[in-house]
Amino acid sequence: MEQAAPDLERPLQPAPLEPLGHPDAGPEAAVGEEAEGAPDEEGPGDRTMTENNFCLKKIEISVSEAEKRTGRNAMNMQETYTAYLVETRSVEHIDGPSVLTDSLWRRYSEFELLRNYLLVYYPHIVVPPLPEKRAEFVWHKLSADNMDPDFVERRRIGLENFLLRVASHPILCRDKIFYLFLTQEGNWKEIVNETGFQLKADSRLKALNATFRVKNPDKRFTELKHYSDELQSVISHLLRVRARVADRLYGVYKVHGNYGRVFSEWSAIEKEMGDGLQSAGHHMDVYASSIDDILEDEEHYADQLKEYLFYAEALRAVCRKHELMQYDLEMAAQDLASKKQQCEELATGTVRTFSLKGMTTKLFGQETPEQRESRIKVLEEQISEGEQQLKAKNLEGREFVKNAWADIERFKEQKNRDLKEALISYAVMQISMCKKGIQVWTNAKECFSKM
Amino acid sequence: MEEQLPAGGAGGDGPCALLPAEALALDGDEDDLEVFSKDASLMDMNSLSPTMPTSPLSMINQVKFEDEPDLKDLFITVDDPESHVTTLETFVTYRVATQTSRGEFDSSEFEVRRRYQDFLWLKGRLEEAHPTLIVPPLPEKFVVKGVVERFNDSFIETRRRALSTFLTRVADHPTLTFSADFKVFLTAPDGELSAHKKQGPGLLSKVGRTVRAAALALRGVRGRPEEFEAMSGFIEAFSQKMGLLDKVSQRICKEEREYVDEMKELGPTHALWAELEDDLADTLGGVASCLDRCCQATERRLRGLAEALLPVLHEYVLYGEMLTGVMKRRDHIQAELESKVEALTYKKADTELLREEVGKLEDKLECANTALRADWERWRQSMRLDLTSAFAASAERNVRYYEQCLATWESFLATQSDLYAKEPPEDKP
Repeated sequence: MEQAAPDLERPLQPAPLEPLGHPDAGPEAAVGEEAEGAPDEEGPGDRTMTENNFCLKKIEISVSEAEKRTGRNAMNMQETYTAYLVETRSVEHIDGPSVLTDSLWRRYSEFELLRNYLLVYYPHIVVPPLPEKRAEFVWHKLSADNMDPDFVERRRIGLENFLLRVASHPILCRDKIFYLFLTQEGNWKEIVNETGFQLKADSRLKALNATFRVKNPDKRFTELKHYSDELQSVISHLLRVRARVADRLYGVYKVHGNYGRVFSEWSAIEKEMGDGLQSAGHHMDVYASSIDDILEDEEHYADQLKEYLFYAEALRAVCRKHELMQYDLEMAAQDLASKKQQCEELATGTVRTFSLKGMTTKLFGQETPEQRESRIKVLEEQISEGEQQLKAKNLEGREFVKNAWADIERFKEQKNRDLKEALISYAVMQISMCKKGIQVWTNAKECFSKM
Repeated sequence: MEEQLPAGGAGGDGPCALLPAEALALDGDEDDLEVFSKDASLMDMNSLSPTMPTSPLSMINQVKFEDEPDLKDLFITVDDPESHVTTLETFVTYRVATQTSRGEFDSSEFEVRRRYQDFLWLKGRLEEAHPTLIVPPLPEKFVVKGVVERFNDSFIETRRRALSTFLTRVADHPTLTFSADFKVFLTAPDGELSAHKKQGPGLLSKVGRTVRAAALALRGVRGRPEEFEAMSGFIEAFSQKMGLLDKVSQRICKEEREYVDEMKELGPTHALWAELEDDLADTLGGVASCLDRCCQATERRLRGLAEALLPVLHEYVLYGEMLTGVMKRRDHIQAELESKVEALTYKKADTELLREEVGKLEDKLECANTALRADWERWRQSMRLDLTSAFAASAERNVRYYEQCLATWESFLATQSDLYAKEPPEDKP
């Protein structure tokens, strides 16, 4: 069995895909000899933004607003949902003015549709994740309600982040459906469905727990899959712990607010201490209310972690795809080998493998030489076909591994960069919190010392 | 005495309201009267406050109080709790060690063992002898929970400290310090004390007094002078505020305890993650160790709060009760006088005798009021000092806590900026 090792001499090719069904399919859909990840590839002709070249330096995308809407769903029942305004601006020159080129409303389910499409058509890419569907890892002050304005706001940011990630990905940014998502409001869903991507989806990818016994997977993918499982586990745990800590910290700060009230009441019965107690009470109130901003900032850190929690899933999906391709390859090779053996046995007359035909022949008499000839011929045809398919599968497999690994390397660097930044900004947040604390308690101490 | 705190912040109607009173459980049903470790080295040594136990030797030649004798000449410690088991009962005794340079004491050092009952006796005697002086409070008999946890280590430690504070306060009081009973308490060998206790007013006369007191209490006092009206009003409000502060502080301890418990997991979780990574391992490890250090600092802060602030607040809650008792006793004397005056007005016989008695009672009331007035001022000053220094110390602890955490995170950032080749961003506005 051949190891599906990356072959460096082959020219780089994106994964072979059917061209999109849409009549206006642009250049990115074709399988060409383009170098992968060439963000500077201009479309035909001029220097202005081409239809399909959506790399981050050329355009700005924002999800700028969220609006509650009511409508009728598929079952003709009234439902409330949130729509998000997606705006695209083109930037001609750096520091130049940005011009609003497109603006349309999308709801969460359409983002999901886009992502599912990308997952099917780019199985070798670690596809950026969407913000969570339902609020998880909440601590008591946050609402788990999807319509809660804070949740909606954080989701808005998450959706914007998703689009920016797609737009800055060297391969995904050139996808036509993505382009249409940003530019064509009506009819977009139909266009996506017309691609028939749901049919192409490998249902086995969803069956996450089903094991396929693969004899020779690329060890790197096996390790990576293991890593992504561990990463998911550790980040979920971290998010849970963090939520509980936030809850408790909130309690500590807020109870100090009661000092404020009691000091204030106490000051009413005191003469010399009256003013001091009032001030001290005020500082306690300031302290108690400072926690709200602090925890809001921390929520941002949690969101960054969540993104990579979900990214881990995307990583896992790529590994899974490799597993499945390898499995198919091994099955095909096995099948071919058995056919070859059958053929050999028929030709030489030795029976080594069990076959029903063989048994019946034994029981009911030999077949005629003509019958045997025809069977051998059929088998030989099948074998020839099988060899071709195996070759193709092998090729496919190697391409996949090469391209997937390239994207994985890109992803790893991105992840390390982003998470390092997130951790550093967490430290910065803690520092800010400490400084606020020092200030408040120094003031309080002064009040008491002066009394 | 509890006041239900209404929900809603003192400073506005934001969503960040105060915890509602039910959530605070301010109705006295607290299961969390926790007292923490006995690590006395962590306590703030505030030399001005008599509530901080110090060794007698270290107190010599220290600060004097304005109206106190020029130099403290009586130093007392309470320590070394010991459990005693007899067939009838189990109880704890404490070592009471005294150092003094006073002439009236036979020696300069004494060491006796006393149990809680003995302290109770002493307090009773002091109150009897000086009904309108503000005798310091004793810790409660047992934690009001239903389950008598008298022999729990932290309970004993809390009690020990409170007993020590009690004796020091008595020693510092310009009048009480010269009480004969006090001297006996400090010096009498253990057997002698019980003999001494048996002296004093007999049971019958005690009963008689109680009956008369009850009758007078029913009658009530007619014209309480305005200054004592004001005093009484203050005492009531003050007691209530102290009760609230005590509860709030206990609640803060509880919340902080829970916070620390959760926080303990945060560092290790980051460390666990660091094991999965290569490039990120360094940063994650750094964050993990910062979190661990901050967690330890939080525990230290918590211990400080429990050991330094809570006992002071609790003592002043008890002071509230003492003061109420003092007011009652003063009123009682006035009521006695008033009833005698009334008798004088309506009775025709024994007028000479009655007039004499009235005269005596007038003097008694005069003395009582004067004593109370003076002691009240003294108490007010001392209260102000004790509470402000306790809160100031608490605030200082918090400042130091945040400074420690700040230093931890800043040094972490410094390591990161080397690797990161980017200026660490300035703190947020």
